[in-house]
Amino acid sequence: MTTKLKRLLGLMALLFALGATAAACGGSGDTETDDAGAEETSDDAAAEEEAAEEDGAMEEEDGDDEAMEDEGGDSDIELTLVSWGGAYQTSQQKAYTEPYTADTGVSFIWDESSADAVAKIRAQSEAGNITWDLVDVVGADAIRLCDEGLVMEIDFDTMVAPGDDGSSAVEDFGENLVSDCFIPQIVYSTTVGYRTDLVGDTPPTDICALFDTETYPGKRALESRPLNNMEWALLCDGVAKDDIYDVLATPEGQDQALAKLDTIKDDLIFWDAGADTPQLLADGEIVIGSTYNGRLFSAIEEQGQPIGMLWDAQMYDYDGWVIPAGLPEDRLQAVLDFVYYATDTQRLADQAAYISYGPARASSAPLVGQHAELGIDMAQHMPTDPANAENIFVTQYDFWADYRDDIDTKYQAWLAG
Amino acid sequence: MTDTVTSPDAGNAGAPPEDGPILAADGTPLARSLNRSVRRQKIRALALIAPLLVFVLISFIVPIVGMLLRSVDNSVVPETLPRTVVALEGWTASGPDDTPPPEVYEAFVLDIQKAADERRHTVVGGRLNYQTAGVASKFRQLGRAAEDIDTSSPEAAKAGLIDVDATWGQASIWQTIQTYDGEYTTGYYANAVDRNLDVDGVQARPDDEAIYLMLFWRTIRLSLIITVICALLGYPIAWLLSNSRERNANLLLILVLLPFWTSLLVRTSAWKVLLQEQGVINESLTSMGLIGSPLPLMYNQFGTIVAMTHILLPFMILPMYSVMKTIPPSYVRAAKSLGATDFTAFRRVYFPQSVPGIGAGGVLVFILAIGYYITPEIVGGTTGIFISNRIAYNIQSTLNWGLAAALGAMLLVAVLVLYWVYDRVVGIDNVKLG
Amino acid sequence: MATLPAYTTPAQKIWHYGLRVLCGFIFFFLVAPIVAIIPLSFSAGDFFTYTEGMLTFQPDAYSLKHYEDALTNPEWTTAIWNSFRIAIPATIIAVTLGTLAAIGLSQRHVPGRRAIMAILISPMIVPLIISALGMFFFYAPLGNFMQDTLRLPQDLVEFIKIVLAHAVLGIPFVIITVTATLVGFDQSLTRAAASMGAGPLRTFFKVQMPLILPGVISGALFAFITSFDEVVVITIIGSQKVQTLPWQMFVGLREQISLTILAVATMMVGFSIILLTTIELLRRRNERLRGLTPS
Repeated sequence: MTTKLKRLLGLMALLFALGATAAACGGSGDTETDDAGAEETSDDAAAEEEAAEEDGAMEEEDGDDEAMEDEGGDSDIELTLVSWGGAYQTSQQKAYTEPYTADTGVSFIWDESSADAVAKIRAQSEAGNITWDLVDVVGADAIRLCDEGLVMEIDFDTMVAPGDDGSSAVEDFGENLVSDCFIPQIVYSTTVGYRTDLVGDTPPTDICALFDTETYPGKRALESRPLNNMEWALLCDGVAKDDIYDVLATPEGQDQALAKLDTIKDDLIFWDAGADTPQLLADGEIVIGSTYNGRLFSAIEEQGQPIGMLWDAQMYDYDGWVIPAGLPEDRLQAVLDFVYYATDTQRLADQAAYISYGPARASSAPLVGQHAELGIDMAQHMPTDPANAENIFVTQYDFWADYRDDIDTKYQAWLAG
Repeated sequence: MTDTVTSPDAGNAGAPPEDGPILAADGTPLARSLNRSVRRQKIRALALIAPLLVFVLISFIVPIVGMLLRSVDNSVVPETLPRTVVALEGWTASGPDDTPPPEVYEAFVLDIQKAADERRHTVVGGRLNYQTAGVASKFRQLGRAAEDIDTSSPEAAKAGLIDVDATWGQASIWQTIQTYDGEYTTGYYANAVDRNLDVDGVQARPDDEAIYLMLFWRTIRLSLIITVICALLGYPIAWLLSNSRERNANLLLILVLLPFWTSLLVRTSAWKVLLQEQGVINESLTSMGLIGSPLPLMYNQFGTIVAMTHILLPFMILPMYSVMKTIPPSYVRAAKSLGATDFTAFRRVYFPQSVPGIGAGGVLVFILAIGYYITPEIVGGTTGIFISNRIAYNIQSTLNWGLAAALGAMLLVAVLVLYWVYDRVVGIDNVKLG
Repeated sequence: MATLPAYTTPAQKIWHYGLRVLCGFIFFFLVAPIVAIIPLSFSAGDFFTYTEGMLTFQPDAYSLKHYEDALTNPEWTTAIWNSFRIAIPATIIAVTLGTLAAIGLSQRHVPGRRAIMAILISPMIVPLIISALGMFFFYAPLGNFMQDTLRLPQDLVEFIKIVLAHAVLGIPFVIITVTATLVGFDQSLTRAAASMGAGPLRTFFKVQMPLILPGVISGALFAFITSFDEVVVITIIGSQKVQTLPWQMFVGLREQISLTILAVATMMVGFSIILLTTIELLRRRNERLRGLTPS
């Protein structure tokens, strides 16, 4: 121990001196870094490398600044996009950013923070330090951000390309435009998947199989938040589809939905992340469970798991772009230019070659082709395909914006009770 | 440590005088000399602490206090609706259909028109929706409609607003605005203890909407259980480590450090692999014929306790070990040679000296446990989640930072009280050696 | 294990071996979950379960593809590198300032010791998510200042921000462990050293430091692991440029379960075994050379 000890002591001595000075000004952490690297001989090379990297970065950065001052759309521009990571982000890279970079030279940094985006945009806005240029969020989050004034309103006539069938952007997106601040890219749905080997000879055909523990005994997975679950519970408790949100707005209706969910409570597992249910199905941990349709596609078609899926009473939802409010002019121009490109008819259709979510533009549907690797026709796997969309729910964002807190409190109390 | 005079110039000794006040070696009165020495020690101690204290104060305490102040901040309402707040003063609703005077409507419409231009009407709507569900959409709807409301007279404004939505013709929405018209509010704290603040004061929420007190209680209870289990499991290990020969101890230490070096996320996932119904434990037990159907080992409190005990155990062992290592084995030998039995020697001599280690480890584990949220989120299911999960939910999903801050402040106070009690009862300073 | 002396009573023997069996079980509890996932990292599948093929040792059920991904995919390699280059300086800052302060706190006369203690360990007490947001409001303007006024490059600024934030989170661990060790520290030793003419620095390094070193080292380990394993603060304060391993894993667990996580974890376990064993071997060699017997 002694040699090691002596070296450690030497290290400490140096650091105490450094620490005292550094703490006094509280902000020169970089000084320690370099010394830390230098102290540990094995890290010498690494530390130099790091220093070199930083120098390089500094030069690049300076280069950037000059270029930005020259001209807004110059090829040295770097945009920070925020998305979900995983296969979805890959599909965006293939369909949107890679061709755009090839055309314009604009490069992209991806931040995999969409799950925390609402809180982070608010924090950035309050701190006056907006580091994101374009953020991918789900519809409900977009509405909340728009309400808070944290993202900018979109002028669909000038900022978004018209459909290539001649329709205006507003017509082309149609009902999918759920917020003034939100440019939808895809329609996804939350639907139900089941283990084909655990359901016997009568695979489920409708959503209420979730609640049918006699025919389909075993655990089932639902999302840990009330959205979708409450609607399905009422539907399977005999409430007419058109009345569901009216019923759900009343305390009695909320109790009714929870009572229905209570009938299967002992068999429920709750998921938070999109990756959970496919994993649970693959493990044989559950017999049936809700998840996003793209996850089921990938588990069934790409990974060949013994899983089947339903399109009945699928809950439509949207994922799309929002632009943080208060971007500086040069970055805003660069973002708008990219958004115009990335949300046109062709690009949205291209994305469907990499992931089984439906393009949010009506005009993109005819252009949807085959899966880029598997060569499967993708149209039939889209939630928007007419055969799949016979019985759909469209999440009522206004309703959930109003009642989410209340219902969620009740839902959590029920879960805990 | 004792208070002997250790001033460096004590060496210039002169002979002490025969009478008068007792003098120190350098001729100053002893009392003053002692005082000076104490002062010097204080200054030295503070000088050692100061760099860190300043760093933590500036970069942590100040911003956190700022964050926690959001739990009482309500400025968005008076700032967005200044005229309405003034106009509503003095009005009391006589019944559910009673409406405020037309002047209030006029003031409100003017406020909203201005707010809509700045896109702030939805912010205030969102704020009030935390208190009364359904308000947000009424305000959102006004963003477009407010422009067209006729404000030529108070009566016209009133008619116009009620025309947009009948809700504005009821007392409740105005009462909500009235309750939350101040710069500061206690409403978030009321929510945090399952109460609602409305025009009649603080009201208990119905049982089916009460969750926070229950979650607080559960968080503290489970954290205590986890701490106790960690202490029970950690003590023998730390004892073994500090009483083995060094080479053996270091090998065993590797076993303790191994899980410690493995990412929290990986260890939590590992427990998933082990505990789930088709997991390693259930499959093994089933194949051995010990159980007929799989045991529910995770997605409940059991899962949370097991996984968190595993994750936090090294945090118990290492402080215990570092304290036990400083306990000289000669003390126990001396006790035994004086006739103490093994047990008595342990109880009277060894154990008291190891108490700071248990204390340090216990506080560490308990405090870490109480703020955990990733592990309960993954293995806790619905009955095993902690209060932090709800704090995170309010920050990330509902943007109700006021409520999150109130919950966080209460959790913080709870921990500080526990820490204070611990300091009083066990007290790092009060543990005497020997 | 050492052989027991001849005078050991049967009860003592039972106690002696019973304790070791008990400890064996506890060690098993500590290590088994980690061992259980190692084979999974060699799975040819993509899910967190043992497949039929793996249980029957079919060669094609095993593969190294997750290791290939971890070592070649720049997302993972950058994340690994970022984790180290953030955790090491953060630990050094935390240990340096924390040890100094702990020594200060253990002096006899410290005005307002309880308050100071409470302040210094508060980063551990405040729920992480609140700390993260609070610190964001400190570091965002600080970052702006460093970038705009000091003209520091953005990458460096991001790095400094997260290092300082992680250092603060590590400090309570250092304070707690070092203070606990100092309680058992006999202050007469420093006085003895001082009386024999050693200066304060010399006394500190020659007398005090070696004795409290176990506490300092365990504090340093906590501080390091706090930073190395931290996933909440970094997602709020950090940006993509400082994406660390836990962040990468968290995204992986949430968005696309990939056994690459387990491959990385297995490599980390292997790395720490090698590191810890090397230190131990060096120590033994050193002792042998100096002709010392282990104490």
